[in-house]
Amino acid sequence: MTRTSAEPVILCERIWKLFGDHPDRYFASLTGTPDYEKIRGDGYIAAVRDVSLSIAKGEMLVIMGLSGSGKSTLVRCMCRLIEVTAGQVRVEGFDIGGLSEKALIDLRRSKMGMVFQNFALLPHRTVLQNVAFPLEMRGQDRVERHDRALEMVRLVGLEGREEYFPRELSGGQQQRVGIARSLAIEPDIWFLDEPFSALDPLIRREMQDEFLRLQELLGKTIVFITHDFDEALRLADRIAIMRDGAIEQVDTPDRIVLEPATDYVRKFTEDVEKARVVHATVLARPLEDGEASDAVRDGNPIPGDSTILALARQLVNDHREFIPVADANGAVTGLLPRTEALAVLFGEQP
Amino acid sequence: MTAIVTGVGAEGNIRAEPDARIRIGRWIILLAVLLAVGRFALPPSLVRPPEWLVWPFADWINFSFNFVKDDLGFIHVTRAFAASVEWLLDVTANLLYGRNRWPRIGPIPWTTIAVTAAVVGYVLNGWRLALLSGGTFVWIAVMGQWRWSMETLSVIIVAAPFSVCLGLVLGTAAARRPWVERLLNPILNIAQSLPHFAYMIPVVVFIGVGPKAGAIVTIVFATPPMIRMTLLGLRKVPSEIIENGHMCGATRWQLLRFVRIPTARTEILVGVNQVIMQCLAMVVLASFIGMPGLGQKLLQLLQALKIGRSVEIGISIVLIAVWLDRCTKAWAQRQPVHFHRDSTWLDRHRILVVWVGLVLLTLAVAQIWPIADVVKRSQALTISKPLDGAVDWVIVMIDPATQWLRGFLIRYVLIPMRDAYLWLPYVSVLLLLAGIGHMIGGMRSALVCAAFFGLIAASGWWDRAMITTYMVSFSVVLAGVFGLPLGIWAAGSKRRSDIVLLVCDTAQTFPSFIYLIPVVMLFGVNDVAAIGAVVTFGTVPMTRYTIEGLRSVPESMLEAADMSGASRFQKLLNVRLPVAFPTIMVGVNQTVMFSLFMVIIAAFIGTQDLGQEMQRALSSTDVGKGLVLGLCVAFMGLMVDHLIIRWSSERKAALGID
Repeated sequence: MTRTSAEPVILCERIWKLFGDHPDRYFASLTGTPDYEKIRGDGYIAAVRDVSLSIAKGEMLVIMGLSGSGKSTLVRCMCRLIEVTAGQVRVEGFDIGGLSEKALIDLRRSKMGMVFQNFALLPHRTVLQNVAFPLEMRGQDRVERHDRALEMVRLVGLEGREEYFPRELSGGQQQRVGIARSLAIEPDIWFLDEPFSALDPLIRREMQDEFLRLQELLGKTIVFITHDFDEALRLADRIAIMRDGAIEQVDTPDRIVLEPATDYVRKFTEDVEKARVVHATVLARPLEDGEASDAVRDGNPIPGDSTILALARQLVNDHREFIPVADANGAVTGLLPRTEALAVLFGEQP
Repeated sequence: MTAIVTGVGAEGNIRAEPDARIRIGRWIILLAVLLAVGRFALPPSLVRPPEWLVWPFADWINFSFNFVKDDLGFIHVTRAFAASVEWLLDVTANLLYGRNRWPRIGPIPWTTIAVTAAVVGYVLNGWRLALLSGGTFVWIAVMGQWRWSMETLSVIIVAAPFSVCLGLVLGTAAARRPWVERLLNPILNIAQSLPHFAYMIPVVVFIGVGPKAGAIVTIVFATPPMIRMTLLGLRKVPSEIIENGHMCGATRWQLLRFVRIPTARTEILVGVNQVIMQCLAMVVLASFIGMPGLGQKLLQLLQALKIGRSVEIGISIVLIAVWLDRCTKAWAQRQPVHFHRDSTWLDRHRILVVWVGLVLLTLAVAQIWPIADVVKRSQALTISKPLDGAVDWVIVMIDPATQWLRGFLIRYVLIPMRDAYLWLPYVSVLLLLAGIGHMIGGMRSALVCAAFFGLIAASGWWDRAMITTYMVSFSVVLAGVFGLPLGIWAAGSKRRSDIVLLVCDTAQTFPSFIYLIPVVMLFGVNDVAAIGAVVTFGTVPMTRYTIEGLRSVPESMLEAADMSGASRFQKLLNVRLPVAFPTIMVGVNQTVMFSLFMVIIAAFIGTQDLGQEMQRALSSTDVGKGLVLGLCVAFMGLMVDHLIIRWSSERKAALGID
């Protein structure tokens, strides 16, 4: 699923965003790294606090946090809808804070797409015209943008509704339009700001599936915001958990569940059914020299990309102490300690 | 979290502050009463504003106007602008009623205009509006008022687009630049509380009289609401939609043109509706500066007491008002509907085709039967004879009653009340207002109130202003007496409130001038008639806000009251009225504004207040005097507005509604 390469697509270096009367002057007066409460005491809100983050090409990073934790602000700093107070955001190596208005517009016209929580559709335009909007902004000719928009509308499964106006669509359908619009220019980077929060739970599930299908198809670099931990676990390559503007932990879902870095993260993960999240590979210990042949001899390996929950029946019935784990090609990569896996399955503390 | 913290602080203030505020306010009011009681012992300079207090504002204004007009040569600018407006007026005049000007193709047959209006009505809101639109023009043509109505409409057609554009530009600037808003806000506040006449005098100075002056005064008068609505609409565009515009790579201009303005469409179109209604109100009144049309006819007929004919004109004006209002409102509320994908060009443009067909048909018919082209005076119908008869009969029937009412009101209410207002020492009035201000909004409000009326004292028009004050206060009380029970009754059921709100809506679209017809009919030309008109006009917002306030009481509160075993009356007294009261007070505020405007307009049927002086200033084109008088009226309105809005928003916050 993950297609990563060395050079990060987005690189945030110690970025800060303060809201208040004179944030720049105030920030200059700060020494060290003051905490959230102190800054609030001085009459400023630290929406983003000393965040460093790198997102690799093709990766899906989910930013998770409660409302007011600064996740929306952080993503808006990444695309410069909001100017950072301090620090630097690099997109494909360019410092976007230093771009001129024209260069920024060009960057957005060619590289970025964004989906919004409340859809942000233009009420006076039809579905097709909404999807064609970013193409129109960059001056593509009528026929070309019509064809491209139609293609996008088909991609999100809204064929036959091209002439509808947003108010004639359901919430789920409106967000499909939002998604189609954000993809119209074929962006490399795709920002999604709580795209499914305004939808009913059933529709939300359906849209998540749809989203995974699209991602499978397109393989974009994605920054996805949500306040729903289950959604984060379901979608993410990596999760960044935010609180009071700072990032508490950035890691894969498995590791966040297994090894929460702070108490705050631990509290989040408490109610999560870990077996649903943790994959066999993660729990397995690597092979030591010469163990490979033994392992194979020990019987059938289990697939490493299955969750512990999916392997539950086998784990309970198996009697081996260590179960070999194989990767997608069938090569054994590690040994899964059965008791540890059962502990995860039954939700016991290791 | 910060919001909660400050919220607690504010709550604490509410509890702690009012006691002191009210206590000091009471002391100030007590002092005012003492001064009034001890009037005989006061030195004269505390009873009437003394000479040294009266500043020659009028001279200053005249001086600066002359400076701008002559020395800066501004008059050439206004004359040039007036010339271009006049050219546009000539074009519409030619098309609508065949005035002999370029392009010399008019007049368009009245049947063509009527079917066009009907088609527009149909497009906007279906058959009923089509019928109203077409019917309005048929009535106008058949009653032989085509020319006057078209004179009136041609000004609206020219003035409204100017106002809309001006309002859009200024509103957009204010939305984008905070300093523009800060600059415009006080100007708009004053502009919207200046009476109509105050606008006319400077226009007469700069432009002269006649249609073009009428058009220009209309443009100036109708622009402020457009600025307000544009600003409101642009502010309301959700931030996500703007962010999306940015993310789609829109430039600033693209963002404004394709995102902000279209998304604010509804508010902007509501602004257009207000502009057009203001245009109509002004263009009717502009007859005072020589604007021909329905207004001028009505003025002449009313002055000649030809009730039947003036009712006919009144009906035309009302029809035009309702037609314009319904059409523009329908336009504002219209939501786009998609066509089926496979529909043909003919399907999509069916109405256009029908319209072209109808236009061709009426043009052809007009060639064959001249009556479908122009209805001549001699061919026009009139209902003035039977109407006059009926009116005479009614007047004779109820004459004893109206005579008695008139006599009673004048002798026992109006004159004593007027004398009492005039008797009050001005310092006492100032202190009274300051005391009320202090009770409502503390020191700042006290100063605001005293300053507004202090300036009126310093203007030298104290006595006239007190007469206006007495007429307005009496009218507002009467409007409350009629409007409040009516509103309570109407709010009793959904159906009743719908009907009464519809009546109020319709009545509010009438130009204020119209209200003079029935009262002149009943009471003749005097103070009672003026007050009658003011009360009728003022009862409308009173009723309307009472209904809205009562209907918007949360359902859960009523259910709680029901389950507590409250009777219908207890529920009204203890739950519905207290919760609705802030909204009702907003209605009182509007009633005051409406009354002020109406009192000034009613001046021409003989009152002795600021309005009469303003008419004198108009006829002698004395800009300084006219503006000073206008500002006096504006200050009264602004003071009341300040007090009521302050009180009502504090009250609403305390009740936790809205």
